[in-house]
Amino acid sequence: MTRPSDHIDSTPGSNASPVGLGFGGYLRWFWRQLTSMRVAILLLLLLAVAAIPGSILPQRGADPNGVTQYQSQNPDLFKVLDAFPIQAFDVYSSVWFSAIYLLLFVSLIGCVLPRTKHHWQAMRSRPPRTPSRLGRMAGFTETELRNDEATAAEAAQVAEQAVEQARGLLKRQRYRTEVYRQGQSVSVSAERGYLRETGNLVFHGALVGVLITVGLGGGFGYQGQRTLVEGETNVNALIDYDSFTPGRFFDDSSLPPFSVRLDTFDVTYVTPDDGKPAALGQATDFTAHVTVFDTDGTERKETVKVNQPLRINGTNIYLLGNGYAPTITVRNAEGVSVFHESVPFLPQGADLTSLGVLKIPYGLGEEQVGMMGFFYPTQVELESGAYSSNYPDLINPLLTLDVFTGDLGINDGVPQSVYSLNQDKLTKLTGRGTEKKSLELRIGDTVDLPNGLGTVTLDAVPRFVSFDLHQNPAQGWVLFFALLATTGLLTSLFIPRRRVWVKATPVEGGVRIEYAALARGDDPTLEGAVADLVAKHRESLG
Amino acid sequence: MGVTLPLPRVAAEFAVDSTTVLETFEQYSQMSLFSALLVYALAFIFFAVDLANRAGSDAEPVVGDGGVRVRSRAERIGFSLTVLGWLFHLAATVVRGIDAGRVPWANMYEFALTATLAIVAVFIIIQFFYDMRFLGTLVTGLTLVFLGVARVNFFRASMPLPPALDSYWLVIHIMVAVVAVGFLTLSLGLSIAQLMQARRERILGAQGLATTAAASDLGSGWSASESGAAAGGSTATLTRAPADGSGTPPRAPFAFLRSFPNADSLENLSYRMVIIGFVFWTFTLIAGSIWAEHAWGRYWGWDTKEVWTFIIWVLYAGYIHARATRGWRGSRSAWLCIIAYSTVIFNFTIVNLFFKGLHAYSGL
Repeated sequence: MTRPSDHIDSTPGSNASPVGLGFGGYLRWFWRQLTSMRVAILLLLLLAVAAIPGSILPQRGADPNGVTQYQSQNPDLFKVLDAFPIQAFDVYSSVWFSAIYLLLFVSLIGCVLPRTKHHWQAMRSRPPRTPSRLGRMAGFTETELRNDEATAAEAAQVAEQAVEQARGLLKRQRYRTEVYRQGQSVSVSAERGYLRETGNLVFHGALVGVLITVGLGGGFGYQGQRTLVEGETNVNALIDYDSFTPGRFFDDSSLPPFSVRLDTFDVTYVTPDDGKPAALGQATDFTAHVTVFDTDGTERKETVKVNQPLRINGTNIYLLGNGYAPTITVRNAEGVSVFHESVPFLPQGADLTSLGVLKIPYGLGEEQVGMMGFFYPTQVELESGAYSSNYPDLINPLLTLDVFTGDLGINDGVPQSVYSLNQDKLTKLTGRGTEKKSLELRIGDTVDLPNGLGTVTLDAVPRFVSFDLHQNPAQGWVLFFALLATTGLLTSLFIPRRRVWVKATPVEGGVRIEYAALARGDDPTLEGAVADLVAKHRESLG
Repeated sequence: MGVTLPLPRVAAEFAVDSTTVLETFEQYSQMSLFSALLVYALAFIFFAVDLANRAGSDAEPVVGDGGVRVRSRAERIGFSLTVLGWLFHLAATVVRGIDAGRVPWANMYEFALTATLAIVAVFIIIQFFYDMRFLGTLVTGLTLVFLGVARVNFFRASMPLPPALDSYWLVIHIMVAVVAVGFLTLSLGLSIAQLMQARRERILGAQGLATTAAASDLGSGWSASESGAAAGGSTATLTRAPADGSGTPPRAPFAFLRSFPNADSLENLSYRMVIIGFVFWTFTLIAGSIWAEHAWGRYWGWDTKEVWTFIIWVLYAGYIHARATRGWRGSRSAWLCIIAYSTVIFNFTIVNLFFKGLHAYSGL
């Protein structure tokens, strides 16, 4: 079996039912079904449909926050959808999605292997015998070389000559040729375009390559996130990451021990002088200037930009996010520093109004203290009296803080986000809903905390950058196979595969020459090619 | 990062004089766009008149020397207007790019501008190879709708590129994508025509007017190519008088299709457009993956836009297989082509506007 039996170019066979063939027969029947074109189409359509839910529901891989949000909004439905066989939040690694594409690939391999064998044989065999009747083939043309005085022997010689000429022409057009004789007739049978089927097989084979390398890359790679404030350093070790996701076969000890320091982070904004009022404040460039301390002890300056990752020792460093990290010092009533950190504040919009949280469990009186506040890089007052920022750069920076005391809820071992404050067991001391105004600090300001707890100082406002560090040892191979597949696709779709015949038969008073061709698959230029051959052949015969 | 919502500005200190030179660029672009819309609308009318003429009950298709159909005056005017409209359209797009100081495809309005430009460009260029002017109503009609909706609902003043889009891959990725859409749009038109023609042929066949479908009993996987018929306007078989000579004129729906290629030829043409579009779509996928690796650190992450690009690719792969499968060639594969194209439109509209994901560049 070379092509699936329901391929348009194969002869219809009778393989309709498994009845009466026993277990082996049933298996063969099943295999034939699986490798049929019909089933391939159905699996492709099924794959397309199965991919849809993953674009509607948030996925853990692409949008983990969306999944958390969905869970808190629809807790009951979430449990059902997230249960094992449904796996609606991991669609692309779910059993049902995997089953479809694995079946598709089994079907593909089952189809491609026998065809490869057949194609290998076809490439090494001669073009098949010229059909006895060419009249119904594409581009059929008939001419006669007339010479009423020619003897039969002369006519036979002319026929031989004509076919030899045609063979030469076809060979120059890179046809493989074979001369056949049948009765009085002599003919050349020519075939070209084997590359069409080769391309087809390469395309499908390369897809298998893509699948395998995608799997390997995911298994042996890792990805980690790290937020760095200007001046901070990340060491490429597990402990130094904010989050780390290794592949299934990833070995921790294979992390190359380099480190990266964020020196400065430069942002270019559209300013009022740029004449683009609608785009005012839009960032046009982010550049992180870093120092790399390489494994061999050398250090060098590098930059990381949004579309220009830094590639070190097979690890790629990507710039994915940024914001402000106000440096805040908190002192107790005695003036002793109990907190001194640059706290990353999460940007809430394009103007970088940012929200941040400080947690000070010890050192300020009896109770734990939490603070939550907004940072406005260019603070303005709205008509309502509320504050806002209307430009993302530090033109008129202001930090506001609300102070809470009580239990931060961090002692029971439940992991908490550093960006949120659990207010269940906290008492609010300043800000909306209390008698005191929120604390307001500009750079360099020190203000008193309520209840004589101490003071808080805004020392400076450096920027922070969140970097992603990835390693995917197979991604170059994925690209290689993808490009190989494309090459195969181009060849299989656009190289015509055709057979051409030129037959010469001595007849009464001359030699009859017939031309005809046949295409496999779509071949828009076949007739033109035959007409061209006829013209050239006539010319060569004089 | 990459969030570019134009929020209202309140600070007086940043007020900018709004009568700058750059704004007049935008005005030129708009003027040119409205001219293009007007001319396309006229072209649409002429193409529609041409279709109506083709349906005329006693009009035999006019066949000139060499069996090539002589084009009607309405069709020639319609096509000339399409070319003129395209020039205005091109000017509008180029000026928009000059205004923005970058390629004119970085938000929803500009995507629509460029994609329709590519659709009409492919439609014009393909006429040098195959006569598909009969798709004029569809192409100009679709373009009018897309451009009109985009102008009314998606228009935004041009903005500089956000860092996330600031890459040469923006040029490559989007360019191959819009060219793919151009070819796939033609295949849509051809598949629709194919379905109608197939129905017409069925009904005519039932009336004893079977078309001269070439028998393909050549065996062992070889079949004669019908390509000669495909290259525009081989049609006469459908309008002959009934074989029994009774003189009763044939009755079948879609009379304007009498001068269209037959269903088989339409299918071949549609398939050819799809395979070209499919190759460009494959490049779109690969270029997008390489860019995604540069920008987001992974070449594939099942982002919503990636999912739909994948779905489109798989559906057209299905179509290409269907063409080579007994029982699927013909009307079934034509339906598949139409479904696949509808996912292209879905990907551009619904996914861009309503789905959450990393490709949040609509600028709305």
